[in-house]
Amino acid sequence: MAWNYTDLVKQHFFKPNNVGVLDNADGTGKVGSIACGDALKLTIKVDKENDTIEDSRFQTFGCGSAIASSSILTGMIKGKTLEEALKITNQEIAAALGGLPPEKMHCSVMGREALEAAIADYRGEKAGPEVEEDEGRIVCNCFGITEGKIRKVVAENNLRTVEDITNYTKAGGGCGSCIDEIETILEEFSDARPEQTQEKKKPKSPKLTNLQRIALIQEILDNEVRPILQKDNGDLELVDIDGLAVSIRMVGQCSGCRAAGLTTSWIEDKLKEIVDSSITLNVVEEGA
Amino acid sequence: MHIIYLDNNATTAVDPLVVEAMMPFLVEHYGNPSSMHEFGGNVANAIENAREQVASSLGAAHPTEIVFTSCGTESDNTAIRSALRSRKSRRRLITTRVEHPAVLTLARHLEREGYDVTYLPVDGNGNVSLDLLEEEMDEDVALVSMMAANNETGVIFPVEKAGRIAHEHGALFHTDAVQTMGKVPLDLSGGNIDLLSISGHKIHAPKGIGALYVRRGCRFRPFLLGGHQERGRRGGTENVPGIVALGKAAELSQAHMDEERTRVRALRDRLEKSLLAMPDTRLNGDVDRRLPGTTNISFKNVEGEALLLMLDRKGICASSGSACTSGTLEPSHVLRAMGVPFHFAHGSLRFSLCRVNTDEEVDLVIEALPPIIERLREISVFKD
Repeated sequence: MAWNYTDLVKQHFFKPNNVGVLDNADGTGKVGSIACGDALKLTIKVDKENDTIEDSRFQTFGCGSAIASSSILTGMIKGKTLEEALKITNQEIAAALGGLPPEKMHCSVMGREALEAAIADYRGEKAGPEVEEDEGRIVCNCFGITEGKIRKVVAENNLRTVEDITNYTKAGGGCGSCIDEIETILEEFSDARPEQTQEKKKPKSPKLTNLQRIALIQEILDNEVRPILQKDNGDLELVDIDGLAVSIRMVGQCSGCRAAGLTTSWIEDKLKEIVDSSITLNVVEEGA
Repeated sequence: MHIIYLDNNATTAVDPLVVEAMMPFLVEHYGNPSSMHEFGGNVANAIENAREQVASSLGAAHPTEIVFTSCGTESDNTAIRSALRSRKSRRRLITTRVEHPAVLTLARHLEREGYDVTYLPVDGNGNVSLDLLEEEMDEDVALVSMMAANNETGVIFPVEKAGRIAHEHGALFHTDAVQTMGKVPLDLSGGNIDLLSISGHKIHAPKGIGALYVRRGCRFRPFLLGGHQERGRRGGTENVPGIVALGKAAELSQAHMDEERTRVRALRDRLEKSLLAMPDTRLNGDVDRRLPGTTNISFKNVEGEALLLMLDRKGICASSGSACTSGTLEPSHVLRAMGVPFHFAHGSLRFSLCRVNTDEEVDLVIEALPPIIERLREISVFKD
């Protein structure tokens, strides 16, 4: 199957940055395995005085998006403090590449895991068997995916279906015998979900007038969203704001892009986070 | 950019002579072959002519042994369903672990319907064992379905002999011959093969046309029920341009078979030899019992999708059995059945050549590939 990779993914795949191993690395994170079909080794150099990542190198065995995710990650963490670096989510890695196809999101998860492992190694925290035990029993035997990892990725990415979980962790993508168990985990999450969102709703939505809300949405789109899309020769236009319903139109490379769904859900999440958790985002077809 | 197309087991370019043959049936002769008027009747004659062309290319005893279908998958499904229904009291199906999904997916589905399915293993070279088949046979086996050649490795299976073993136990025998048509002669005269599937787009006809050979005397149950087309064996108005194209392509495939077995084989051998000279490579599949144009080579510690992307940028089309290209997150079921180690399975590359490929194209691949392998190994986390 031919993947619809963004130009940024291609750029970082064909000309990856920071390939290799740092000679006197302060921390090393190695995740994945040959059996799974992808693996990443990340070495970092830390400025001990201000706890900042000075430099990093990667080696990756894997597909185009695995190599591209590794390359962009090395750029994202440079100059960041360890605390800041640990806050980088797999979604941010994917977004920095202009999005990844849903089936390839596990590549961004692998990047984040390698970073965590490298920082843990630097701090002398034991990464390895003990940590794995903490993560609980193995659910997917084909790829050795633990219940802990599935729960973490579901929570962080707000995943709703077994297919999502397979795309993000590979769990369930082999023989498929663990799909029932994954469904059970998902059910627990969906049972817990309504309360969680209600709790969050109240403190998070400051009272805004209609005009204020429109101005804020416009500002977020112009300052935080469009520059990222433009980097990938794409863009969006704000079509309409009707109460809490925001309509946009994807243009340029973004229109018809297979990763568009991912991009729009990222935009929606952003608006929900900053403006109002009840915001809905509609994408209007080009020309409509 | 000039496209170097070395993925002919996936699909082939339509031969200009095939296009020429089918064009009138897209433009002028659009009549329905079932109509009473002569305008439709002429079209019916063209179908019968194509049927003769396909029958004679396959060495079938009679044109009525050919049923036109929409593709290889339909032929496989029709054959297997028909065989099971005509051996109703028997509840076993024997096939191989390395069949095309057109057979494997149906086999797994049949298990859920209550059939007992045996998947014959293959050895490290991708060969099936007839002794194992013999051991598995009993009077409950309705059908043995074994591909004539594997699409990924090109390994050729002894289907005439397997058919004889099936018959000795009163079972029917089907073979998916989609990959061997026009490349390896098959002998239908021994009567050991009851059902045989072929596909148009693998032999330089367009996509959307296939055929099923049904040996005379073999009971047949239609898969698609409808009108009386194909003598009641396949309902649905005929894909006339496709059928005419398949007839012409089948005829041409016979005419070109010698070239496949000499010039194309020599091209493949040269490509293969040169790629295997690189360090840490291995050939997947039996060196001798193989389709003339197919080679499947693994590059250790390199991932197949990354490899294909790099080749694609140079206009070189091939395919891989890596997990990332299989759509299932696991490497090819064929390579795993052969026991190819993971270090190699994820980095497999299949080149499938045909009669339109040239020496110059092979030279370009031989030149392009080594630096790509070197680069990906440099990036790779696995080194030994």
